[in-house]
Amino acid sequence: MLVIQCPFCGPRPELEFAHGGEAHIARPSDPASVTIEEWGAFLYLRKNTRGVHAERWRHVRGCGRFFNALRDTTTDQFIATYKAGEAPPASATGGAV
Amino acid sequence: MVNATAVLPTLPSKHWLRGTAPTTRFSLRGNAAAQQLAGQALGLTLPVEACRAHSAGERAALWLGPDEYLLIAPLIEGEALRAQLAAALAPTPHSLVDVSHRQIGLELYGPHASWLLNAGCPLDLGLAAFPIGMCTRSVFMKTELLLWRKDADVFHVEIWRSFTEYFTGLLSEVARELPG
Repeated sequence: MLVIQCPFCGPRPELEFAHGGEAHIARPSDPASVTIEEWGAFLYLRKNTRGVHAERWRHVRGCGRFFNALRDTTTDQFIATYKAGEAPPASATGGAV
Repeated sequence: MVNATAVLPTLPSKHWLRGTAPTTRFSLRGNAAAQQLAGQALGLTLPVEACRAHSAGERAALWLGPDEYLLIAPLIEGEALRAQLAAALAPTPHSLVDVSHRQIGLELYGPHASWLLNAGCPLDLGLAAFPIGMCTRSVFMKTELLLWRKDADVFHVEIWRSFTEYFTGLLSEVARELPG
């Protein structure tokens, strides 16, 4: 079982977490002014990264908070976790994200 | 209001499990200002450190999330406490919900308490990783539970009412391995 570092609760077993898709996707601030293609891209287009991927996780069976994680999609290794709204730690990304 | 003691599920009689006294429970959500006001009304300081519980007498405040607490008091104080908390919290945005009848309190005790819990809960329950006074939500097999270590070998467990039989039934199966 993976041990995931919750930014609030510390190291916790994988069973307590839920995956929340790619992180750092900003909703257009004025949806009425974007084109249908732009809106479609916001809704559906994802990077599908092979390697270090920034993604959202939720500690659903713990503190209930969403946070972001950098995970290597080829090895399933969690490189870093950080609170929602924060930038990914530069040292951990190696410039990949 | 429902008489809580009348509708409590019956617990199997075990030497490692006991029910807790009838309890009133509030789910509190709010920022630091709301937390301070609620603490004053409750007569204790709400824990700021993650996964910690503070108690004073029969009352307790359990940290569940950065802005989320479970407040516990004897059932008899429930009505008065609700009015008191609502009045104290009125000046600041908050959410105060009575969840007294959503879940029931159990106590696992004895030298095998953490061993029994670890049959279905993947947390490290050693004293170093889960010290006295720590509380957290977690999972027990397919159900969610709230764990609070009150003493080295006493765990207070809050479990949603309809999962009581599931929880105690599984524990009873595991406990067949216990000596005596």
